[in-house]
Amino acid sequence: MSKKPSVILQCEDITVSFDGFKAIQGMNLTLEQGELRFLIGPNGAGKTTMLDVICGKTRATSGSVIYNSSDGVIDVTKKKEHQIAGLGIGRKFQAPSIFPTLTVFENLEIAMRQRRSVFATLFARLAAEDRERIEQQLVMIGLQDKASWRAGGLSHGEKQWLEIGIMLMQEPSVLLLDEPAAGMTDKETDKTGELLKEIAKQRTIVVVEHDMEFVRNFASKVTVMHEGKLLKEGTMDEIQSDDRVAEVYLGQRRNADASRSTA
Amino acid sequence: MMTQTWSRARIWALIGYAVAAAALFAAPLYLSDFRLNLLAKFLAFAIVALGLDLIWGYTGILSLGHGVFFGLGGYAMAMHLKLQASGGRMPDFMDWSGLTALPAFWKPFESLGFAFLAGLLIPGVLALILGYVTFRNRIRGVYFTILTQALVIITTTLLIGQQAYTGGTNGITGYTKIAGQSISSPDTKQMLYWITAAFLIIAFVLCRFLVKSRFGKVLRAIRDGENRVRFIGYNPALYQMTAFAVSGVLAGLAGMLFVLHVGIISPSMLGIVPSIEMVLWVAIGGRGTLIGAMLGAVLMNGAKSEISAQYPDAWTFIMGALFIVVVVFLPGGVTSLFGRLKFRKRSVSEHEQEAVRHSAV
Repeated sequence: MSKKPSVILQCEDITVSFDGFKAIQGMNLTLEQGELRFLIGPNGAGKTTMLDVICGKTRATSGSVIYNSSDGVIDVTKKKEHQIAGLGIGRKFQAPSIFPTLTVFENLEIAMRQRRSVFATLFARLAAEDRERIEQQLVMIGLQDKASWRAGGLSHGEKQWLEIGIMLMQEPSVLLLDEPAAGMTDKETDKTGELLKEIAKQRTIVVVEHDMEFVRNFASKVTVMHEGKLLKEGTMDEIQSDDRVAEVYLGQRRNADASRSTA
Repeated sequence: MMTQTWSRARIWALIGYAVAAAALFAAPLYLSDFRLNLLAKFLAFAIVALGLDLIWGYTGILSLGHGVFFGLGGYAMAMHLKLQASGGRMPDFMDWSGLTALPAFWKPFESLGFAFLAGLLIPGVLALILGYVTFRNRIRGVYFTILTQALVIITTTLLIGQQAYTGGTNGITGYTKIAGQSISSPDTKQMLYWITAAFLIIAFVLCRFLVKSRFGKVLRAIRDGENRVRFIGYNPALYQMTAFAVSGVLAGLAGMLFVLHVGIISPSMLGIVPSIEMVLWVAIGGRGTLIGAMLGAVLMNGAKSEISAQYPDAWTFIMGALFIVVVVFLPGGVTSLFGRLKFRKRSVSEHEQEAVRHSAV
């Protein structure tokens, strides 16, 4: 790419408080077009809350999320969830959330980029290019042989991939993923990492992750959060050699291990 | 190969529908007037069941207030019939309550067309308003269900309290004519039966169109995970409101047809108990399948009238036992029985078993 990377999402001075408890305090996060960013930090650092703020699930108490969409520059903190999704910010939750009674194909069909009014969906027809688009997506997430399965019958890993597929069908510019590899086997984790790399060629991805092995293998740039604040940002090497990061993680290691074994 | 088996299944389904429709329209040939009238009433109930299935079976929202929508349709038609019977003058019950002139809101109901539209639109608009204030504010689950029960209590209290305008506890009865014909003549009854059967088929085709469209897939997606639907860019409240309003309109239609067959509407017919009974028809027939909802309404009411005739003392216990048996052993309703048989015949793959299990949830 000869073009200079441009900023797609800029979170400025985000603060979130729940009944007086400050989950996030003045957090800044800037994402460039087409980057694969990992967001790490000990439990309770506010990583998931940060994703919730961007996708509209949680309202920021103060601060702004400036999104450089194809429709212009927008502060998404003023928008509702379904509007933010419509603007091209996709979200994947920690537990796989797919539609279990729909087939895999139908899951992708309703997620496809399209007009989302009641009227439009009443008379929507599946055009040949839509079908092709869905089939391409099925191949990408490796579920082409299970298109007619009920999604509830998929394995855990397959559900995670289906949810990534659901997100991609919306053709978002920014993807927010919360622990996409949680509960996966090593093989599945590697496959997920490759999938993310593939996706990052065209889109911006933010991944919240606990699995350090996974982060080491696939991260280009890492943001560390601690107690609702930005602690450090840089390459994985820079992060690993940082004293404050080590301190936070060493101090928290016991908790982190405990949470991993229960996860 | 896939398309071939599909089209074969489709042909069988079409044959099945054609046979069912023919049997429905030919019913006057093989049923006595008394039984035909009963069946007509059950078919009206089947229309409510379709609407309830749309909102509960497909969208996952339990309404225990459909008696209200049913009743509003019923009252709209009853007002028209009552005015016909009293020759445009003030109905008798108003006289007893001391009114001296026909209330203004009664006057337009002299027109059958107006009464029919009102019987569809009033329940529809009420459902839309209730849906607007609840779904938009993300009131759902048991809280929504309790609100629908409250709606029932408000409506019945209002109807009983405003005796001069509504006939109070007795409701509205004593009809003589519909569209210039005697309402009790066998010919009219037969015609009304056919009209009901036709409306049931229209309602079924409408619901089938809705659930097979992408709109229907979004409804099922809302049932599976309302939040996820929001994060893929849909506004679930609009879909829920639409489904609920259609459901209300269908209940109103059913109420109008019910009054034509039964000859009376009173607050007890739209109270808490009938509202819950309507949900039971869908549960027993099989929610999430349109055929199941209709079958449930017809079978349950058929069983009720048969068993209560045979065992006047014990019938409520028998109905209760029947209900428990179905809920415990057939959680997917009577129609899930067909599904099980079909899957047993074919070689059952693991994934199909999974599908059956999920459809039962």
